[in-house]
Amino acid sequence: MTDNRFFNRSEFIGILVLAVFLVVVLPLTLDVFRLNLVAKYLTYAFVALGLVICWGYGGILSLGQGVFFGLGGYCMAMFLKLEASSVENTKIQSTPGIPDFMDWNQITALPLFWKPFSSLTFTIAAIILVPGIFALIIGTAMFKRRVGGTYFAIITQAVAAILTILIVGQQGYTGGINGMTDLRTLKGWDIRPDHAKIVLYFFEVGLLFACIMIAQFVRHSKLGRILVAMREKEDRVRFSGYSVANFKIFAFCIAAVFAAIGGAMFALNVGFMSPSFVGIVPSIEMVIYTAVGGRLSILGAVYGTLLVNFAKTSLSETFPELWLFGLGGLFIAVVLAFPNGLAGIWGDYVQPRIDRLITSRKPKPDGWTDSSVADGAPAE
Amino acid sequence: MFGDYSLGDLGSIFVMQGFAGLILFSVYVLMALGLAIIFGQMGVINMAHGEFMILGAYVTWMTSNFFQSYLPGLFSGYFFLAMILAFVASGALGMLVEWVLIRHLYKRPLDTLLATWGLSLMLQQAYRSVFGAREVGVELPQWMLGSLHVTDSIEVPINGVFVMCLTVLITIGVAYVMYKSRWGRQVRAVVQNRIMAGAVGINTEKVDRYTFGLGCGIAGVAGSAFTMIGSTGPTSGQLYIVDTFLVVVFGGAASLIGTIASAFSISQTQSTLEFFMSGSMAKVLTLLAVVGILMLRPQGLFALKVRK
Repeated sequence: MTDNRFFNRSEFIGILVLAVFLVVVLPLTLDVFRLNLVAKYLTYAFVALGLVICWGYGGILSLGQGVFFGLGGYCMAMFLKLEASSVENTKIQSTPGIPDFMDWNQITALPLFWKPFSSLTFTIAAIILVPGIFALIIGTAMFKRRVGGTYFAIITQAVAAILTILIVGQQGYTGGINGMTDLRTLKGWDIRPDHAKIVLYFFEVGLLFACIMIAQFVRHSKLGRILVAMREKEDRVRFSGYSVANFKIFAFCIAAVFAAIGGAMFALNVGFMSPSFVGIVPSIEMVIYTAVGGRLSILGAVYGTLLVNFAKTSLSETFPELWLFGLGGLFIAVVLAFPNGLAGIWGDYVQPRIDRLITSRKPKPDGWTDSSVADGAPAE
Repeated sequence: MFGDYSLGDLGSIFVMQGFAGLILFSVYVLMALGLAIIFGQMGVINMAHGEFMILGAYVTWMTSNFFQSYLPGLFSGYFFLAMILAFVASGALGMLVEWVLIRHLYKRPLDTLLATWGLSLMLQQAYRSVFGAREVGVELPQWMLGSLHVTDSIEVPINGVFVMCLTVLITIGVAYVMYKSRWGRQVRAVVQNRIMAGAVGINTEKVDRYTFGLGCGIAGVAGSAFTMIGSTGPTSGQLYIVDTFLVVVFGGAASLIGTIASAFSISQTQSTLEFFMSGSMAKVLTLLAVVGILMLRPQGLFALKVRK
């Protein structure tokens, strides 16, 4: 019953455990402030999830996921900002009815590209489509010409740099370095009070599981196996008649859309969006989450994100000096000693013991699990 | 944007901004030379390259302070010693890093990127703990300040010309070492076929270590040049790393001439555009142009024709 196109039995248990942890344990044990922090961390988990497919399975390391996180976040923030800047709210400005930062920058009319964002339907479509199409363009330009690996990583990094400079430079249209702050309501529903935070948290967890299901489906489909094959021996897949570029573009686009959903949830949960989540440094940090969780493990990405962020918050609160040493050291350690991250440690040391305890009487092969994929060299 | 200026003015503007861009060009070339050696020859992506550069800048700063306090008579010549010290310090750190970290990762180029990123974070924090979070500036000796008057409307900064000459010398030196010396032949042999190189008696591990050290050392010299255009802070290097990678990729990895040509075109474009618009938009336009050209010509400007 539990073996289907989405997961096998052990994965089903894993997803169930994660669901119980996120839906029952955390809301019962944490206060609203901490729960909102978890919600913020989970927005990064969307990005990490996308990276598992794109980097772990497809072997395409993108160092520009912050771009898509930012695009999604800014789309959402633009809608919320427009709603917060109604004529009554902004009547002290010299031009009422436009966002405050535009007024500060002597812009007197709403720019054309802002106008459609007063519609929620358009905004939701834009959150998916803008990053998706952007990824499609970059992916097509790069992969059709067989640019990959390190070159691709550097180009995506440059794109992240460009977008950050652009957002900071075009203050009047984007809010500049401060970003878009003071977001208040979603279709008249206040997103700031505690009960709204809780509703948003559960909504976000629901979305996260939807994305996990999509990721699981991709992984168990033929597509997922071609991605793995492509990562290991690209030429052989090409010689077998597959269009390698199209598979890479698909993996990159799906990672971009996941990241954008995360960004949109970030704007809703945290109540602002700024270029500090777009640039090179946050983009690479998002890769760290995936690397720590295990680049091949879908659930590991969620745990890795939570773990690194908890460590970051508590360490930087207590020992701000040590945090960068810790983060840098963690990165080196994960790459050198545990290329498969937490999931690798779990699969190599913990899982076998549990299996031995449970199924000591009826040994049966488990088929397609993390460890069977993890065998051999990691990506590239 | 050109409409408000006469043709003669435009000529002067281009020449002046061109010379103003010389220091940026020199920093790019030196950074990119080191990176091109490490990335182009060894295939290692060194994200900590900017931090090696900043180490050179801090060494220059310390040397200048030392001369100011103890040897004020020799202050005019401190820059030469500072550059040598910067080269030695960054090179030594580079060799240490290669030995501890990089040599385990030669088969996983994408992982070198992540590991060296971790290294760069640790180095940044180390600089912050040792030198403080405040940015420091280096005082230049008297003879480097000021500028040469070529015509009425054209002035050329002396330190720019000085750094430029130095860059040319270093580039020629590196080209000589890589293409004429026995050691350079060994490096290229290891790059082309590691196993065969080992089989004919080349100590590939040693070659790797010295190659990495050389690349980092040149980054240190770039740091010395960098002190002339900006103040040195713990995170200053990070701002340059993406630009430098673009310079290397744009020029075509493993091509020395390509690296120089691309450093020249990128720095000059940026410096010229800066006169006409804000610095950030100049940078955006330059980077966009580079990324755009790379999408049309992924192998870079000067690519070696090789079969993979």
